[in-house]
Amino acid sequence: MRYSEDLLHSQRETQISRFRAWVLLLVPLAAILFQVYIPRFFQFLAYLELPLIVTIYFALMRRSPIGGLLVGAAVGLAQDSLSQMPLGMYGITKTIIGYVAASVGLRLDVDHPMIRLILSFLFFVFHHFIFWALARGLLAQQDNFEAQRTLVLALLNGIVAVSVFHFLDKLRERA
Amino acid sequence: METFLNRYRNITVLLLVIFAQLVLLAYQVKSNNDVRLIRVWAVTAVTPFARTIEGARSGTAGFLDNYVVLHDTRAENERMRTELGRLKIENQFLKAELATADRAKALAVFESQSPSKMVAARVIATSPGASASAVFVDRGSTSGIEKGMAVVTPDGIVGKVLASYPTASQVLLATDPSFAAGAVSQKNHVRGILKGLGHGNCRVDYVQNEEKVESGEWFYTTGDDRIFPKGLPIGRVTVARSGNPFQEILVEPSGLASGLEEVLIILHGVHQEIPELKSSSGPVYLMPAPPGSDTAQPGAASTAMGEPATPATDADRLLQHYEEVGAAQNHKFGDNPVGSKPVDFNSQQKAADKPGTGSKPRADGAPGTLRDGATGRPGEGETGTNPPGVSSSPRPPVSPSQPPRPPVSPSQPKAAASQPKTPATKPDPQ
Repeated sequence: MRYSEDLLHSQRETQISRFRAWVLLLVPLAAILFQVYIPRFFQFLAYLELPLIVTIYFALMRRSPIGGLLVGAAVGLAQDSLSQMPLGMYGITKTIIGYVAASVGLRLDVDHPMIRLILSFLFFVFHHFIFWALARGLLAQQDNFEAQRTLVLALLNGIVAVSVFHFLDKLRERA
Repeated sequence: METFLNRYRNITVLLLVIFAQLVLLAYQVKSNNDVRLIRVWAVTAVTPFARTIEGARSGTAGFLDNYVVLHDTRAENERMRTELGRLKIENQFLKAELATADRAKALAVFESQSPSKMVAARVIATSPGASASAVFVDRGSTSGIEKGMAVVTPDGIVGKVLASYPTASQVLLATDPSFAAGAVSQKNHVRGILKGLGHGNCRVDYVQNEEKVESGEWFYTTGDDRIFPKGLPIGRVTVARSGNPFQEILVEPSGLASGLEEVLIILHGVHQEIPELKSSSGPVYLMPAPPGSDTAQPGAASTAMGEPATPATDADRLLQHYEEVGAAQNHKFGDNPVGSKPVDFNSQQKAADKPGTGSKPRADGAPGTLRDGATGRPGEGETGTNPPGVSSSPRPPVSPSQPPRPPVSPSQPKAAASQPKTPATKPDPQ
């Protein structure tokens, strides 16, 4: 029994991806810069949630719930500080997403593109729902949850996420 | 305890991080205060990157565009391609230069003509989020920018400064749902509150259904909100229809209509007049005063300002008549305590009706007073609802010692004008 647990643990350890510090710093920064700068010229790209995609990727691949939630909190707070919303809205949302993504990463093979697409789709919907619930509950905003629009955007973001994940895989440290 | 913490370490950290952010959020919402330090760090970290990217983009965009064109034409003809490419590069460059110069000139002209003190700024980034209605400009607190300052373009208002950082400022656009500003229509001066809708248009709220607002009409700032000086254009009405309980008025903000590149931030606003709407009809012609109206009336009463009264219209003559009657009865208009006797406007007429008071028979045999009553009985006109002095009302009796008055208006009936009339004199008090 003890042997099998150790074996499982060692297998998971080998699946954990490691990244250099500059990757962990620059990739989220680039994602946030993309979101604040590119929509000036291409309005439709405002619907691309690159910070969320990056958060999901690092959380999934590092397979550490604490690491995932810290990455999510940092990216979310950075996003908050550049938005007109109070600090903490994106922070709380992405903290939860980072934690859940890392927990899922522990149980699933997240290297398969289809799994990545489905997870990105689900996390996008989850992210929007949490943000909507927080805005409604904490800030008393009366916006409706646009489910149809969210699903379409989630699919588009999921497709983009698969490509972004593929690119970010190349930045992983080789074992 | 240690085992417990090890077992639930992940969820404990998650709850702690969420709790910390909830406290942060609650503090901001409760105290309506911002945690400025974090935002300053983030903006200061991001601004240099955004500036660099913007500089690189503006420098290479024209070149890259033309390179693509150059590449496409190479297959057809090498010589033509080279020539065409060179000309296009030059053309694009000059167009870009011209557009930049035009925008700069427009800003400079607007800035010089406006009485407000302004500083020009360039948009360098937008706020994150799909529904973001805020942008960053490259001027911050070091340039004197403060929170709440108005942001405009020569075309109209853009928004207001939401936060000012050392190297940049965040501008809330007029289309944001949390934006509000005082608005007044140009034509009928209908006042309302401009609010963003989260997309391209804005709404003017709190305009009663009875107020007249037309589609295509312009709205201007009122200056009441202490952000925008009065008289800045807001936009043109696209939809104006009745609603419940207020009118539904949609305005297309003119400042945001042609994209945002450069803006002006008002450091010190000065109110301006709202430009008058040009009338579609011809110019207004003021007729000269009626003949004889400028001649000094003998014994004319002075006005309250001490100027000699020269009645030019029937209303002036009526006013003068009232003043004379009041003065004759020692009545001061506006000072009539309870129980005091009101002015008897018929006193003059009664005096005229008395035999031997100067009432002269007319040529046609009628009494020497103007009557509009069918019976022609003296005093009957005054008992009606018409006040004395109006065109259909009787005139004061003619005094034999005074010359007849010339006709006062060309529009006055000839018959009435031919009758001798009494100039504005003080009647005998009863």
